[in-house]
Parts: sequence; C-alpha cells; structure tokens
Amino acid sequence: MRLDKRAGLSPERCFNRPGLMKTDYRSRERRRRAAWIAFLIVPPMAMMLTFVVWPLLVALSSAFYRWEGMAQGEFVGLQNFSDVLFGDHFAALTWRAFRHNLFVFFALFVVQNTAGFLLAWFIYREPFGFRFHRIAIFMPVILSTVLVGFLWKLFLDPNFGLINQLLEMIGLGGLRQPWLGQETTALPALVMANAWHWVGFPALVYLAGMQRIPREILEAAKLDGCSGWQMLTRVVWPLVAPSTTITLTLLFIGAFNWFELPYIMAGLDGSPYGSTDVLGLYFYRTAFGNQSGGLQDFGHGNALAVLMFMFIAVVATLITQYLRRREIAL
Amino acid sequence: MTAKAQSPDPLFPRSSPGSLIAAALLVGNSVLMLYPIVIMVFSAFKTTGEIFDAPFSIPDFTYVANFTRIWGETSLPGYFINSVIITGSSLALILLLGTMGAYALARYDFPGNSAIFMFFLAGLMLPLKLAVIPLFLQMRDFGLLDTRFGLILIYTAMGLPSTIFIMTGFLRTLPTELEEAARIDGASEPRIMLSIMLPLSVPPMVISAIQNAVPTWNDFFFPLVFIQTDARKTLPQGLSVFMGEYTTDWGMLFAGLTIAALPLTIIYIVMSRQFIRGMTAGAVK
Repeated sequence: MRLDKRAGLSPERCFNRPGLMKTDYRSRERRRRAAWIAFLIVPPMAMMLTFVVWPLLVALSSAFYRWEGMAQGEFVGLQNFSDVLFGDHFAALTWRAFRHNLFVFFALFVVQNTAGFLLAWFIYREPFGFRFHRIAIFMPVILSTVLVGFLWKLFLDPNFGLINQLLEMIGLGGLRQPWLGQETTALPALVMANAWHWVGFPALVYLAGMQRIPREILEAAKLDGCSGWQMLTRVVWPLVAPSTTITLTLLFIGAFNWFELPYIMAGLDGSPYGSTDVLGLYFYRTAFGNQSGGLQDFGHGNALAVLMFMFIAVVATLITQYLRRREIAL
Repeated sequence: MTAKAQSPDPLFPRSSPGSLIAAALLVGNSVLMLYPIVIMVFSAFKTTGEIFDAPFSIPDFTYVANFTRIWGETSLPGYFINSVIITGSSLALILLLGTMGAYALARYDFPGNSAIFMFFLAGLMLPLKLAVIPLFLQMRDFGLLDTRFGLILIYTAMGLPSTIFIMTGFLRTLPTELEEAARIDGASEPRIMLSIMLPLSVPPMVISAIQNAVPTWNDFFFPLVFIQTDARKTLPQGLSVFMGEYTTDWGMLFAGLTIAALPLTIIYIVMSRQFIRGMTAGAVK
C-alpha cells in the first residue's frame, strides 16, 4: 500500500507521461492537500456550527418573537425584553434573582477565591505535608455538583444533620439552625457548600501563578527583611495578577450561571420563599415551567437568556480588560 | 519540584514559625475537605438508625446491605452504565474530531486558518446552557430528544473548543523537520499524521480527555432537559431520582452517593497530577 502511494509521487511516472506538465502535477498535489485539510477541519467545524453556534443565534433571534408554548408566533420586537426587565409579572422576580447572584458573587469572592489565594500561599511555602494538602484541596473539585449538593443537604438537615449534631457535641447546641429552611441562612449555606466544592480550583491556579515567580525576586525580598506577610501582600499578590484575572473572571461567569447547586439544595423555586432564587433557576422555570405546573414560555425565557448572556459577556470583558492592566510581564 | 524541596537553602525553612502556622492551617483545611467525604463513606456502611444516633462513629465495614440493596432493587447500576457509555463515546468523538481539527490548524497554512482558530477559541467562552431552548427545539426536529446519542453530540460539540485549543498549542511546538523528513521519504500526509505526529501527542490528549471527562461525567443540566426515560438517565440525573425515592433511608442515600463518587475519586487518587493539570489547563499557562 505504501509502495502504491509512493509510485503516485515518483518522478519516473511523471517522466513516462510527457503530457503531464510540472504545474499540473503540482496543482493536482495541491488539490489533494486541500481535500485532506478539508477532511480534517470540516467535521469539527460542522459539529460546532450545528450544536453551539446555530442554537445561540436562534436564541438571539427568537427572543424577538411571541411564543405560544413551543410554537413561534409573530414578531414583537423588544417586548419580551421589556417584559422581563420592567413588566408586572417578571420585573420583581428578575431583579430579586439578580441581587441574589450579586450576593453569591461577592460572597464567593471572599470565601472561595480569597481563601484559595491564602491556601495557595501556604502550599507554596512547602511546609511539612504540602504535597498531600495539594491533592486533598482539589479532591472535592472532581465531584459532581449533584453529589455535593445532596451531601451538604444531608449534613445541613435540621434534625439529624452532621452540622447540628456537631454543634450539639461541642456544647453549642444553642446555635442549631434549620440552615436551609430559613431565609436568613439558606443562601449563605449554599455559598459555603459551593466554596467547599470549588476552593481547590482558585487555590491551584494561584499556586501555579506563584510557582512562575522567579525565585530570585522572593530571595531579594527576604534579604531586604520582608516578613512572610509583607512578601505575600506586596510582592506575591501583584505578581500573580494574571491568576487573579482568570479566577475572578471564571468566578463571575460561574456565579451568574449558577444553577445546579441551588436546584439540588433549594429546589427550582429557590426555597424557602424564593430566598435562594437566582437567575439560572428563574430562567429554567420561565422557559420550561416548574413541577407545580407552570407554562412553557420560550419567548421570555430566551429574552432572559440573551440578557444574561450579554450581561455576563460585557462585564466579564470589562473585568478582564481592567485586571489585565494590573498585570506585570515577568 | 523535588529538587526545589531539597535545595540547601529553602526560602521558607520548615521549622520557621510561619511555616508551622501554614502547616497547621493546611491540616485544618484538609480535614475540612476530606472529612465530609469520609463521613459519607462511613455512613454508607450504617443503618439509618446508626447514622442518626452516632453520626461520627466508625462503622462495621462488613455491613454492606445498603450496597446489595442498591445493586438489587434500584436503577442506579443502569444509570451508571449510561454514564459510562455517554462519557466514553463523547470523549472518543472529542479526541477524534478535536485532534483532526487541531492538526489541520497547527500543521498546515491555509486561507482562513487563523479565523477558524479564533472561531473555536470563541467557543471556549460561549455558555451553551443559555441556548438550551433552541437546542431543545433542534434536538426535537432531529428526533434526538430523550436519546443518549443526542447528549453525546452536545457534549462533543461543547468539548471541541478546549481540546482544539490544547492540541493546537501542542502540535505547533513539534518541529517541522520531522514531517519534512517523512515527506521526503515519500510518506503520505495521513501517514505522517498517524505514524509520526500523533504518537508524540499522547500527553496533551490525556490532558484534554481529563478536562472533558470530569464535567461530562458530572453534568446534570443537559440530561435534566433532554432525557425523560428512566432507562436512559445518567448517574447525576439518576442520583436525584434515587435521592427522591429513598428520602428517609439515609443509609441508602449515603451508599448511593458513595457509589456515584467512587469512580472519579479512585482515578483521581491514582492520577492526581494529571487531573490537576487537566482541570486547570486553560486557566494556567
């Protein structure tokens, strides 16, 4: 087989066929090369166009139409968008969910990303056992959100949950709470579960950033008499700016796409009393209805999706642009 | 890394107060990370009564009734098999198509090359979840609603951008001399790709595979929207059904969670280095 192919390219063959000019040979070779490249690149592009790009374009355009269930009706311009943002049935829920997403973003910034940064620094210092801790901190990251959600739902159970039992055991029984059952603690409890699940991710991104800092810089800082804390805040923090850019941007995208954890732990309606309702849940309910009935409303659902997409895209770009300016090329 | 740890003059001596505090805080954090998982596994070997009475005790590991009941009377084994089929097929397709695309982009100069690369790169940022309504209608028109094949196609499309990103980056670093030498020897283009370039590309393929395997195996959103038939549900989706059926039987619940966590956890313990690299690839240069 290999010989056949070689024969096709061999100079003898060209020589034996005087009509075949060199340019012809080249262009035939070029066509064959082009076909080979097309064979490689067209299938993955077709997959992307069919299952990612096309649905996104349709989502964009169909938000401008009225929908009756799953059937597209007439063109209504920006009606769906203004309903969702200012309309009687929608606006209060939209903005409440938006405020909850904002809270989630800022809370996770503190308990997930900042904690991750500090933990990365502890690992970076390579104290006793740091290799083990590096593996341990990333362990929850590989678990599914469904699993993490159910696990913490059981731990937070008001009667038999681990948390309340633990409080009882250490003599703090007075602090027992129905964590997921009251409006004041439900969303913070979800944030804590999310932080437990994901803290390893920013930690190891920061760790990788710290390991790229040239050792001489830290040695010089040490010679100048920097304490560990000063080194962390004045030398390391500015130098890991690229890691901050990426972890903060990903956290923002994640916080505003938040769906699975609240769905598992608090249900589609964001119980109790909507205190954990976020845009992801609200979008899903609007589009597909909820268990207690509710209609499918693809028009308003798409409008919400487009608004969320644009908000996330614009703010994520702004965050990236702003933070990039802090970055120092090493 | 080893060399660094053994260097004669460490930046932070292990006996310094700062390092001791760091070590102590890390121990505390690791307990926080691992203890919930340990309790989950312990509780799987207990009856519901034992869990309620003695949540922290070490169980009798010979008590496996929860597991035998899950094996015998629930749909969890079926969900498990579905997840294996769907994740496995998606990974195979992602690696096949991703490597093809990346190879074309990395090794050939053709008009539109950089535009196509940018096109895939943009796909990294697009949240397909928000296009789920049109995707739903499209899958209905294709007759792919409520099928495992439909999910495989969606996961494949979603996995391509990151795989093409990683594989193109790697394939570009391979020296041109390799393929020129083979070309002079008369090897065809497919032969150069299959016999010379790809055998060198196994490490980035492993990274891409892990990066896609974890979110695909764990995904809940797309099965939730697309799969209704119980026999076709994936493990995370089936887990939510299972958790609803056995709400009061906590021994069963913890056993179910343990089984769901088991495969990835074991692979993670064996290959933690590759997992960490795979899952932070893209966020880390």
